[in-house]
This record gives sequence, C-alpha cells and structure tokens, in this order.
Amino acid sequence: MNFYGVDIASPLLLGTAQYPSPAVLAKAIRACGTEMVTVSLRREAADGSGEGFWRMLREIGVRVLPNTAGCHSVHEAVTTAKMAREIFGTNWIKLEVIGHADTLQPDVFGLVEAAALLAEDGFDVFPYMTDDLVVGERLIEAGCKVLMPWGAPIGSGQGLRTPDALRSMRAHFSGVPLVVDAGIGRPSDAAHAMELGMDAVLLNTAVAKAGDPVLMARAMALAIEAGQAGCRAIPMEPRDLAVPSTPVLGLAEFA
Amino acid sequence: MKIIVNAEPRDITATDLAAMLEELGFLSPAIATAVNGQFVPASTRGNATLNEGDKVEILSPMQGG
Repeated sequence: MNFYGVDIASPLLLGTAQYPSPAVLAKAIRACGTEMVTVSLRREAADGSGEGFWRMLREIGVRVLPNTAGCHSVHEAVTTAKMAREIFGTNWIKLEVIGHADTLQPDVFGLVEAAALLAEDGFDVFPYMTDDLVVGERLIEAGCKVLMPWGAPIGSGQGLRTPDALRSMRAHFSGVPLVVDAGIGRPSDAAHAMELGMDAVLLNTAVAKAGDPVLMARAMALAIEAGQAGCRAIPMEPRDLAVPSTPVLGLAEFA
Repeated sequence: MKIIVNAEPRDITATDLAAMLEELGFLSPAIATAVNGQFVPASTRGNATLNEGDKVEILSPMQGG
C-alpha cells in the first residue's frame, strides 16, 4: 500500500488516545506491528507532557498522522493542520471537519473545501469522510490521493454499518487507497473491512478500551491479515440451498 | 498588558509572541502558536507584535485517534 509515495506494509493504522497508560500504548503499538499512528494537538500545559509523548513515539519509530479532531469549521481545521505540520514535521494530515456533535459525522462540504485549501498548500490529505461516492470524487478532485470512509460513528464500536456502500467505493475507486476509519469494535469487523477490499483499517477505541489493549492490538492485526488474505483468495459466492461437500457417488446402499 | 493565553487571562510585559512564550514559561520546542485565530510560524514569532486583548493559542502534541 502506498500513501503519497510512501510504502506502508502494515494495513493497521492505530490511534494513540484513551490507553490506560503510555506504557500500554507503546506495547500495543509493538504488538500489532503498525507503522502509522494518529496523533493530535491540544493546549500546552507548559509542563512539557506533550513533548514527552512525541518523544516516545519517535523512539518507537512509527510514522505519525496528525489529525484535526474536534474541528467544526474549515478555518479551525486548516489552522490546526498548519500547526500540526510545524510540530510534527510532516505534510500528512488526517482531515476531520466535524458536522454533528452527536454522531461526529463529517461535514462533507467543509471537508472538500478544507481538503482543497490544504492540498494547495502542499499537504497530503487523508480525509475522514462518509461512504458517499460523489464526496469521494470531489475529494479526489481537491487533490486527495487516499480516502478514509467511516465504518460507523467514531468510538461507537458498531462495526461496518453500510458494507454495501464500502463495496461500491472499492469498485468505483479501484486505484485509490481506501482506509476504513472509525466504528470498528471487534476483530471480525476489521476482517470484514479487509474482505471488502479495503487497503487498511484505522482504529483506536476498540484497542484502547479493550480489557487487554495489548492482546486486542494483536488480535486486530491477525484479523486484518486474515481478512486481507481472504479477499485476495477470492471467496466463494453464497448459495441459498445446501450442496453436499462430500461426494454422493459411490455411496453405499443399506436398505 | 492583558491578553488571553489558552483561554486564561494573563498579564505580561512582553510585547511580541516570542518574548511572551519565554516570560510565561512555554519553553518546549514542541509547540505551535496562533494569535487571534491565525497560525504564527515559529520563525516569525519575534516579529508578531501582541496587543491588549489578543487571544493566543499554544498547542502541543497530544494523543489522538
């Protein structure tokens, strides 16, 4: 998989929020083998805690994808992106323009506008979007070379609410890396996304809030690998009626 | 001069952004700044004059999803 000219082998992208401790986060990153983690920006407390977190990620050696989480307007998102670029030293930005406080669904109109402004300014935009084909086309016109449709609302753990829409996206955007971002709850959800032909899965709460985050990180990596292999292996088509898998020819008669 | 720093009212003697950060102890290299909603790159903080009532945002790395 290639994001803006960078080869990424691991199809698991991990969020870094809500872990019981930084040590558990570090173990979870190593347990799942991710090469890319999402990060954010918040007000500095003048105690250097933010710098310590950033240092830890650099020591682990993962690539960071800063987000614009919590931004509800184009201006907020664009300003946050510029600040993230300076701090993290990367043009990559996970662009979130939130449109609804309860569902945290993207404001797709603001998203397209912000993506165009950022792409023009040299950013490599990873847009958090709904699973709408037309929005995807507008984002690509705006300069996006990756699309990140949601599976379900952020943090809900509902799994893929609209697998048909994701399947349509896969068929329509055949050459574009697609990442399911948000909504994954269980390893089977992640496997499902990969079976649909997604290139990667971005998840956070499902690992961070698991009873054992490190074990869940490993479980997600295994599920994603299985789903990806399953997709490449081309699954059989389902049927309504049974078909005997054991040959009937040569069956003994006892009557 | 009274300004707002990360939503807190502060009284400072500095007159530019770079001096203000030093005065208030924001010494981490991993911060980014905005004044009145506009991003101010680190390289131009010394030229960014502050005025009474300005709203300054100072952000740093944080866990995120």
